[in-house]
Amino acid sequence: MPLAPSELSPPQVDEAGLAEQDYLWTLNFGPQHPATHTTLRIVLKLDGERVVDAVPDIGYLHSGFEKIGEHLDYNQYVTVTDRMNYISPMANNVAWHHAVEALLGIEITPRCKYIRTIIAELARISDHLLCNGAVGLDVGAFTFFLYGFYQREVIYDIFEALCGARFTNSYTRTGGLMYDMTPLVIEKTRTFLRAFPKTLDDMERLLGRNRIFIDRTKGVGVLSKQEAISRGCTGPIARASGVTRDLRKDSPYLAYADLEFNVPCATEGDCYSRYLVRMAEIRESLKIVEQALENLPSGPVNVGVDERVALPDKKQVYQTIEGTITHFELVMLSRGFTVPNDEMYAAIEAPNGELGFYLAGDGSDRAYRARCRPPSFIHFATFPHLIRGHTLSDIVAVLGSLNIIAAELDR
Amino acid sequence: MAIEVPENVLVSRLDQLANWCRKNSLWPMPFATACCGIELMATGASRHDLARFGAEVMRFSPRQCDLMIVAGRVVMKMLPVLQRIWEQMHEPKWCISMGACASTGGVFDTYCVVQGIDRFIPVDMYVPGCPPRPEQLIQAIIDLQDVIQRGGTIRGAEFETRQRQQPKRALVELPVLNQPLHRLTTGGGQRI
Amino acid sequence: MILPSYLLALKQDFLSATTSEYIGQLRLRIPADELQSLLTALKQRYEFDMLIDITCVDYLNYRGATDRFGLVYVLLGTESNERLIVRTYLNEPDLTVPSAVPLWESANWLEREVFDMFGIRFAGHPDLRRILLPPEFASFPLRKDYPLQGRGERHNFPVLTRESA
Repeated sequence: MPLAPSELSPPQVDEAGLAEQDYLWTLNFGPQHPATHTTLRIVLKLDGERVVDAVPDIGYLHSGFEKIGEHLDYNQYVTVTDRMNYISPMANNVAWHHAVEALLGIEITPRCKYIRTIIAELARISDHLLCNGAVGLDVGAFTFFLYGFYQREVIYDIFEALCGARFTNSYTRTGGLMYDMTPLVIEKTRTFLRAFPKTLDDMERLLGRNRIFIDRTKGVGVLSKQEAISRGCTGPIARASGVTRDLRKDSPYLAYADLEFNVPCATEGDCYSRYLVRMAEIRESLKIVEQALENLPSGPVNVGVDERVALPDKKQVYQTIEGTITHFELVMLSRGFTVPNDEMYAAIEAPNGELGFYLAGDGSDRAYRARCRPPSFIHFATFPHLIRGHTLSDIVAVLGSLNIIAAELDR
Repeated sequence: MAIEVPENVLVSRLDQLANWCRKNSLWPMPFATACCGIELMATGASRHDLARFGAEVMRFSPRQCDLMIVAGRVVMKMLPVLQRIWEQMHEPKWCISMGACASTGGVFDTYCVVQGIDRFIPVDMYVPGCPPRPEQLIQAIIDLQDVIQRGGTIRGAEFETRQRQQPKRALVELPVLNQPLHRLTTGGGQRI
Repeated sequence: MILPSYLLALKQDFLSATTSEYIGQLRLRIPADELQSLLTALKQRYEFDMLIDITCVDYLNYRGATDRFGLVYVLLGTESNERLIVRTYLNEPDLTVPSAVPLWESANWLEREVFDMFGIRFAGHPDLRRILLPPEFASFPLRKDYPLQGRGERHNFPVLTRESA
């Protein structure tokens, strides 16, 4: 069943080159490997320690997410989107319901926009902490990883107070959210915002000017601006190569148009600049969360009963006729909300890049086609290009800096 | 005539000693595929520290481990890899199936996800949850330590007689009403 | 619906292209034989330099559908911040389109995935083989006539017991 390495080479192999390639050594990297990037496999052709070619082999976590999307309705599918980029599940929830609400053409309430911004940015901090932690761990720095993990536990505490689950929250619903943000959650977030910058400074002192870290990541895995655009890279990887694009600024969604923040970019495009871009993005996210908490509007979190998509609260259900009708329509089987017979694509700036959903609605409450455009998939396709010519020990550094999440890669 | 045993001598069976050694130094082989893998890493990280229970290092080489924790969904492309790693581990070895996806397929009843690794691998402990909290995984490891202490032998004789896990047992209806209430709400590993 | 100037110019070159719009997103529909020239024009003349996604929709169970497969290209121009969705429709048995790999490198894996899931071939692709499923998998799972639970492929493996391993 598993593939032999020779089956993975592309079919056109020149005969003259084969004789030279006799001394090349084939190494199978994965799918079970010590680097903290779950199930992916790379078949490497090595000349001593230098990588001549790398053929990725993926699909070891392909679970049929897109097929499930045709059988679960829009509110049930958000639980499945959690399991895509499982390092920052809130961002996936926000992306999915952003797409669903765009398809339905409804506008969410201001409070909901601000809360979704806050949780998306907390998810971004969580993702970047783990990504940089994994880069550190794979090149040998364990302490940075543990610091990052502890701070992620604090973020998990915030999410747990918010909706009950540490991660894989499934917090958003069509037209609103599962629960509103209580004062306890706001207090916890403020405490986190007060305490975190000092820890972030400590963490940066651990790795940022560490001679070994810089030697292992500077100049490694360079992606030029032209290559980044041609290969469809988005997010911190593209920004570290000089592509100055960020969906939060270019086509603002949620509350980003009202908030002030910068978008860090770099020009070298190597692993070190991706690390720096991510650390700078963490600081910008802290600014965004602080501003959003200051200006959090009051009001309802779910859209009103006229839209007929969100469950109304119980007072409305028992006291108004529209509330009763909406509750009935949403809860009874074979009813639900109607979706236009059309297709569209909507994307947000997830921590990994542009996470978009192409949705085709067919009138019923299940999507006809729920396609996820996964940033990890597109970025892993650049891996052979980045690693050619580098040594075996650079593989983990490059793989870590690309932030490949296998569940998003394979869906 | 009773034999006088001085106070600083402990008499026990060799089996118990072997069990005590084995259960307190279970080195896990983290077969982390998906989201449960992150909770596995969180269990090994500083807040819920798995090293307190003897799992000092998470070795990635199957030759050096005795406990395989399958965390996350296993798809049909990955299953031969899982089987090969299980075969490479030396006895005595145990397997914990962490999470709903490894135990029964979880949310993913699709064409590519194996509906429970116990169809193809002998499993000793199941940890429910999606993902299970780190405390649940620690409880499962403690329960597994109890199992090892109670039933282990130094020669590994318990592995020769254990039957294959019946795959359909999870579908058998258990008499829910006759069980005492505290057994229904146990959150740790359940041995079926 | 006011079309931007590049779409008006494009419609004069490609007479069989039709445009439509849904909540601010512009879609262009083109027959399959003109797809290659349209994509080349979009890349070279109108500077859509990033290919965001290639996907496919199987319209087998769709009410009012006229063709079986709809192939969708989502394009982005990084300088102009313009997005465009290009759609073409295919029917069996002729499920081959020219590959977009010479234009955008990101099309490489995206086309492999469309082939893997739907069975649409891309002529001129450097390495068209299955990417997410094992190579011996015989069906195209995202087609509507393939069941969600599969046809038994997921349980077709040897069983290891305590005695044997």
